[in-house]
Parts: sequence; C-alpha cells; structure tokens
Amino acid sequence: MNWLLTLPLVIPFAAAIIAFLLRSSPVAAWVSIIGSGLGLIASGGLMVVVLEADVVAGQMGGWPAPFGITLVADFLSAVMVLITAITGFAVAIYALGDITARQARLGYHALFQILLAGVTGAFLTGDLFNLYVWFEVMLIASFGLLILNGGKAQIDGGVKYVALNLISTILFLTGIGLLYGLTGTLNLADLALKVETVEDQGLLSVIAMMFMVAFGVKAAVFPLFFWLPAAYHTPSFSVSAVFAGLLTKVGVYALIRMFTLVFDQDIGLTHTVLLWVASLTMVVGVLGAAAQSDFRKILSFHIISQIGYMVLGLALMTPLALAGAVFYLVHHIIVKANLFLIAGIVKRLTGGTEVYQIGGLYKSAPFLAMLFLIPAFSLAGFPPLSGFWAKYIVVKATLDIEMWFVAFIALAVGLMTIYSMTKIWAEVFWKPHPDGIAPELNTLPDKAAQIIPVAGLAALTIIIGLNPEPFVTFAERAAAQLLDPTAYISAVLGDAS
Amino acid sequence: MEQLLSVLIGILVAASVYLMLARNLLRFLFGLILLSNAANLTIFVAGRLTPGAPALVPDGADAPVGVVANALPQALVLTAIVIGFGLFAFALILAFRAYQSLGTLNTDEMRVAEPKEN
Repeated sequence: MNWLLTLPLVIPFAAAIIAFLLRSSPVAAWVSIIGSGLGLIASGGLMVVVLEADVVAGQMGGWPAPFGITLVADFLSAVMVLITAITGFAVAIYALGDITARQARLGYHALFQILLAGVTGAFLTGDLFNLYVWFEVMLIASFGLLILNGGKAQIDGGVKYVALNLISTILFLTGIGLLYGLTGTLNLADLALKVETVEDQGLLSVIAMMFMVAFGVKAAVFPLFFWLPAAYHTPSFSVSAVFAGLLTKVGVYALIRMFTLVFDQDIGLTHTVLLWVASLTMVVGVLGAAAQSDFRKILSFHIISQIGYMVLGLALMTPLALAGAVFYLVHHIIVKANLFLIAGIVKRLTGGTEVYQIGGLYKSAPFLAMLFLIPAFSLAGFPPLSGFWAKYIVVKATLDIEMWFVAFIALAVGLMTIYSMTKIWAEVFWKPHPDGIAPELNTLPDKAAQIIPVAGLAALTIIIGLNPEPFVTFAERAAAQLLDPTAYISAVLGDAS
Repeated sequence: MEQLLSVLIGILVAASVYLMLARNLLRFLFGLILLSNAANLTIFVAGRLTPGAPALVPDGADAPVGVVANALPQALVLTAIVIGFGLFAFALILAFRAYQSLGTLNTDEMRVAEPKEN
C-alpha cells in the first residue's frame, strides 16, 4: 500500500522539478496541469482504497512505527488530500490565463506544485516532526508565490505574512521538543497512547495550549489572524485562490488531528478555549468583512469567519459537530477558492477589485454573475447549496447540546455573510459600471481556461448541495474515526499495541 | 547541565521577545533567529543530556551498549537548523527588498497593502 500513499506526494514533486527546468517555456503550465491531473487520479485512488480499508498506513524507509516516519490516510486525511488535488487541478487550469510569462519564468508553476506537495504531505503524515517539515515545505513555497510579482503591496503583505508565520512555526517546534521530552515519541498514534501515561497532566495542557496557538496562527483564528487580511489580497489571483482554499485549512486540519487524537485529556480546558475562540473568530471575521470594500479583502475576512465554524465543530467534540467540521472543511475549500477565481475574472473584465469603482457585470456577463451567485450563496448558507448543509450540521450540533448562545452566533454570522455577498452582488454585478464600460466575457483572452475551473467548482458545490447524503454519511464516518482512534492507532502500530 | 541550559533558553527567549517587540524589521528578524535557536536548544535538552557517550554501535552488535546519547533529538535539531537557516535567509532578503522598494524598515510605516482610512 506504500506506493499509493506516496504517489500524491511524489507526483507534485516530479511535476515541480520538470516545471522548474522548463520554466521559460509555455510547456511549464501544461506540466503543472498534467501533474495536478495525475495527482487527482492518485488521490482518487487513495480515497477508494481508504473507503474499503478504513485506515491505510505505510512506513517509510522500512522502519517500523514508532521509529520510522509513518504516512497514514484515514477518512479525514483522504478527503483532504482529494479536495487538495481538486483545487490544485482547477487552479492549475486557471493559471493558463492568469499567470504571465514573467511569473512563469520566475518559477510560479514549480512553486505551485511544491505548495500542493507540502499541503498533501501535512494531511498524510502520521509523525509530528514530519508534520513540521511539511509545514515548512508549504510555507517556503507560499512565501515565494506571495512575493513573486515583487510589487510594493506584495512585499508589504509578504513581510507580515512571513513574520507571523515564522513565529507560529517556532512555537510549533518548541511544542514538539517539549512533547518529545515528556513522552519520548513523535509518532502521532504512539503519542495518543503515551500521553495517557504521563504523570504531569498539567504540563501536557501547557504544551497543548502551545500547539493551539501555533496552529491557531496557521488557521487564522481570532486573535491570531492579522497576517491573513494583510497578505491575501496582494498576490496573483491563482495564488490567492489556492492560499484561501488550502493554507488555513491545513491549520484547521492540524488542530482537529491533534485535539482529537493526542490532546483529549483535558477537554474541559482546551475545548472551552476553542469554543470561545471559534465564536469570536466567526463574529470578528464577518464584522471585518462588512467594513471592507475590496473584493478580495471582503473574501479574506470571510475566510476568517468561516474558520470559526470549523473550529466550533471541533470545540463541541460531539460526533455530529465533528462531522459538521469535516463537511465544512470540504465545502469551504471548494467555495472559497472558487470565489477568489471569480474575483480574478472580475478584475480582468472591469479593471479593478474595489467594488465601488467597478460594476455592470450582470448585464454584460450574466453567465459569470450566475457563477458568482452559486458559491456566494453557498458561503452564506442558502439551501440547497453545500454551505446550507455544512451550517445546518454545525448549528444542529450546538442545539443538540443546548448551547443556545453559540447557535445564535453561528446563525447571526450566516446572516451577516449575506450582507457582504449582497454588497459584492449589488456593486460589482448589479449597478452599471461607473466608467460606462460593459465588459463581456468574450473579450477575455483564454476565456475557456478561466471559466472551466470556475464552472467545475460551482458544479461541485451544486452536486454536494443537491445530493448531500453520501457526503454527510462520509463526514459522520470520519468523525466516528476521529472520536475513536483505535483503528488509526492499530493501523499505524500494527497488532503489537 | 540541564538546569543551566534551561536558564540559557529562558534568557534567549526573553532577549528575542524584547527584540521582536521593536518596530524595526531587522531587530524583529534578529529576535526571530534567537527564538529559533532557543527552540532548537529546547529539543536538544528534551532528549536528555548524556555527555561523553556517543551513540555508536560496537562491532558485531546491533544495538549500542550501555547508556548513550539520544541521537534522535540531534537529528531533529539538525533538520530544524537547516530549515530555520533557509527561512531566515529568505526573510533577510525579503527585509532588504522591503527596504529597497518601501524605503523603510519601520513596520508602522509599512501600510501599502493596508492603507490607513482617511
């Protein structure tokens, strides 16, 4: 089974090397597309196997766990890898029309593939230090992508992004060191067993909080999110889309993994903190979005508010809530990446992203307007789109354990999301363009390369929305695995445990 | 020895926090490298110190004899140093580029991406 676990990692690395060697030629973009396509097939294959076997584990280098590095795919990992590949494929196609020859020559396609490899590795690894390494792979690739254009705004946003992410990384590393000192192991499955025998449970809670802060920065939760709205509106639209879809979700994934598998001794402390963090993240994010007038800045703040829902699912720690978090992760990656891609098309058609200075797209490009409405309404939680079911599950989970106030916050934030989406709709699509231009989709160079990924992701949103049952069932199975990690542990450590 | 190193880590962290609170980006980066060294030392100490006992396997055996130094934290620290070095080199170049194109290293004045509201 090893080869199927490594394939989603090897393919993007191979594509990155080839794309780097061919970076001056237009072929590099196609290398990226083919690489992402093959990665999508490999991730699909992994998904099929995981659906059969529940948990697939492989030991790298032939060292048995817990001594070697383990790759594990349970339901959560497998679905995250698959959704990463889908997003990567869509953005790779979109890059055909978005990435200039100069950016390609500077190595955009290679960095993009390395970013995908880093994200996939973080989802697949079963070793804490290896998780740190994948975080770094992802981080250095994202640094490169962020400042690729070299403009003032990119450098400015890049400084803040780099600075805050490096602090989080060092905090993560310190936490790893302390946890290793306490337990003597770094294998996640082994850790899950060893932490229960630790005498000083108070020290363990301290380390848990260090991890919470470190991953909280990555996930952009309140009050650690300030790097995100400083940076996400500055790079190319392809880069924004893949960042918005994937990077913060790696932080959420790491939170879910660590706080269900390893740090589940002191739920009264850790998950109460998470509950407050989640509620404040939702509220602050949506209020921040209401104050913005730039298309991408509005969307950036909405990433933060939506992260709150996922962390809320983790904080409640009931089977339904965790299922909601998993469902939310998948739904959000598709929708958010799609909205950023649409922002890119809007920018090329109207010449700007400042919503008060553009407009007229409903009349001149009605198809694009429809394509915007699908992810926008899904984000706000309109039935029958995917966001409705995601919000429905999370809110129902809060009601089930009678947390009325939190349920109220979740619903109110949903309402205010509609306000922001309506603002974009009214300004960008509904009102006439202030300069009187009526840009049509046909004027777009590389029209197909831009529209196809957007339409594909929108179709996925509708499919999940109209036929949620298999996805909800899947999320519930994933949540059951997270709450009872016996299968995960025995798959990694073998029957010896 | 462990106590001594722990105190050293504490001093390093204190110094790095002091440096990182400065407005100057370069001071912030110096603080960052101190902090990353403190993290490396933490991992090193967490692996317990056994001076004068290298983790070598004698001829004909498949495990080291007696108490030897823990090799794993050293491998981890080595990896972390390499990664930290790469990231720090990148951050320094970024600071230099920021100084070139923005004309300042004062983080309060870096408001291009997020201009002040009028």
